[in-house]
Amino acid sequence: MSSIHDDKIKKIEEKANEIRQDLIKSLLEAKSGHSAGPLGFIDVLSTLYFHVLKYDPKNPNWEDRDKLFVSHGHIAPAIYAVMAHAGYFPVEELMTLRKLGSRLQGHPHRESLPGLESSSGPLGQGLSQAIGAALAAKLDGKRNRIYACLSDGEHDEGQTWEAALFAAKYKLNNLTAILDRNNIQIDGYTEDVMPLDSLALKYESFGWHVLEVDGHNIGDIADACEFAKSVYEKPVMIIAHTIPGKGVDFMEFKFEWHGKPPNKEEAKASLDQLRTLGGKIKSEHE
Amino acid sequence: MINEKMHLVEDLFGEGLKAVPTRNGFGEGLVNAGKKNKNVVALCADLTDSTRISYFQKEFPARYFEVGVAEQNMAGIAAGMAVAGKVPFISSYGVFSPGRNWDQIRVSICYNNANVKIAGAHTGISVGPDGATHQALEDMAITRCLPGLVVIAPCDSIETKKATEAVAEHKGPVYMRFARENDTVFTTEETPFEIGKANLLKDGSDVAVVACGPLVYKALVAAKELEKDGISVAVLNNHTISPMDKNAVLDLAKKTNAVVTVEEHQINGGMGSAVAEILSRNYPVPVEMVGMQNSFGESGEPKELLEKYGMSVDGIKMAVKKVLERKK
Ligand SMILES: Cc1ncc(C[n+]2csc(CCOP(=O)(O)OP(=O)(O)O)c2C)c(N)n1
Ligand SMILES: [Mg+2]
Repeated sequence: MSSIHDDKIKKIEEKANEIRQDLIKSLLEAKSGHSAGPLGFIDVLSTLYFHVLKYDPKNPNWEDRDKLFVSHGHIAPAIYAVMAHAGYFPVEELMTLRKLGSRLQGHPHRESLPGLESSSGPLGQGLSQAIGAALAAKLDGKRNRIYACLSDGEHDEGQTWEAALFAAKYKLNNLTAILDRNNIQIDGYTEDVMPLDSLALKYESFGWHVLEVDGHNIGDIADACEFAKSVYEKPVMIIAHTIPGKGVDFMEFKFEWHGKPPNKEEAKASLDQLRTLGGKIKSEHE
Repeated sequence: MINEKMHLVEDLFGEGLKAVPTRNGFGEGLVNAGKKNKNVVALCADLTDSTRISYFQKEFPARYFEVGVAEQNMAGIAAGMAVAGKVPFISSYGVFSPGRNWDQIRVSICYNNANVKIAGAHTGISVGPDGATHQALEDMAITRCLPGLVVIAPCDSIETKKATEAVAEHKGPVYMRFARENDTVFTTEETPFEIGKANLLKDGSDVAVVACGPLVYKALVAAKELEKDGISVAVLNNHTISPMDKNAVLDLAKKTNAVVTVEEHQINGGMGSAVAEILSRNYPVPVEMVGMQNSFGESGEPKELLEKYGMSVDGIKMAVKKVLERKK
């Protein structure tokens, strides 16, 4: 049985598409920043913000909120775009990305933007912080959940594995981690730079409960997050297989799009594709 | 003249003074802090006994977390707990924390403004026989440059206890460093301690010795011996390296016009450098620095090492005479 209705899935899909367009616009305006990772993770982030997480954008410090720690801070443009649509700040503010005085720093700064649970950018630090939050929640007898999003590239970092060991030791069943398995990093495909497979077996052998999902299937992501709540003895790792650059054909699967923004023409082509869902529907903006 | 307001031990230069490692004061202070505030928690990276965080573990087992040999993870977990309202103390040797996990301290802790207290044990050359790998001599340099991070080097076990309790009350990240060896206990429960406020232990008019950590006592001994040569030496216990008590340093510099800094740390980037930064911008006077002169340490007995590398009573006296020469 699915944990989410079809019409809600459809709504989230539409929202995600809108968010991808805002993301492209903000990257074009910023003239720098990351494209592939953010586009690839928007379906997961949208499912989290529009279905899974409990939060109140009007009261970002609400004590019993669920907490999301995004460890790969370079996907900040995606986090910001989703947060704007979730009501944390006006969508127009996305146009200040990376500019002097903006709350939307190039990599997330918790102190600047209410709603962010942590500052991130240097890879490998997020899971530990999420674990700290999960431990604190347990000490305080809280029933909220802690979510951590990790990239595949940061599994080259030792700290990620230190954290994996710890979470299993303390049986952090209030922690759900989601791994953005897009198979790219800066210097190439992850399996060429530093082979990571099988991440599922690795986490399993570290004492985690592992689930694998299509990171663009809203229903599957939602179901996995729901199922994770019922795993009692272990932290849960959801490996979300994602397509870097998702939604823009010339960016998809290309590690070359890890760290650059679209130029004007590329942005236009991207927006055209997104508006027409890759030609499936006619764009009204021609 | 010893400053009476500092309530130092009565027989300051007597034979019978106790000697206790400063880290013991940390262990005791942390238990007190834990009693006062149930949000105080402690984490350790497989060095529970030698950092003395074991005292806390015994008293509050449910608030103690063993992370294994994983200093980066420890810093990150503490940051997450702090943001959720806990007051985490993390402990290891200074060479590993803040040595191994500096990036995590910089971003997960400081950039997050997370209320984490970092306790670095076994700092200074007096770590001794373990050798250079284990002698933290760069820890103050890499921490005092971080925005918002308070850095403290207490001078004896009693001051360390007070500092630990004060640090638990302070809102914001702190790094504290401790020594391994038995060090003379020369302050008392009545001696004042306030973060960011240096203590003038002895007044003097010819040279100001600005010291931190257990070498403060050696500075007092040196000052007393120099009195016999007719040299009047002031001694400042400059326990807070960041933010430094600028006025205390400047007042003494204006009075003496010659400064010697004393620390168990590299002279490049340490407490002395911070003093020089203040003086050069406000009131330049000749400065001599006692500390590690840009080399790694080595194995040996603490006393031997302190003597070899000039962090001794004689070393301080020589520096005082040298700076007096330059003052002329
Ligand atoms: C500790 C650290 N080292 C290096 C970097 C530079 N860097 C930023 S993103 C990245 C690629 C990592 O791959 P992944 O996180 O999978 O990113 P993706 O390409 O999938 O967006 C690197 C090496 C960093 N941010 N942090
Ligand atoms: Mg990747």
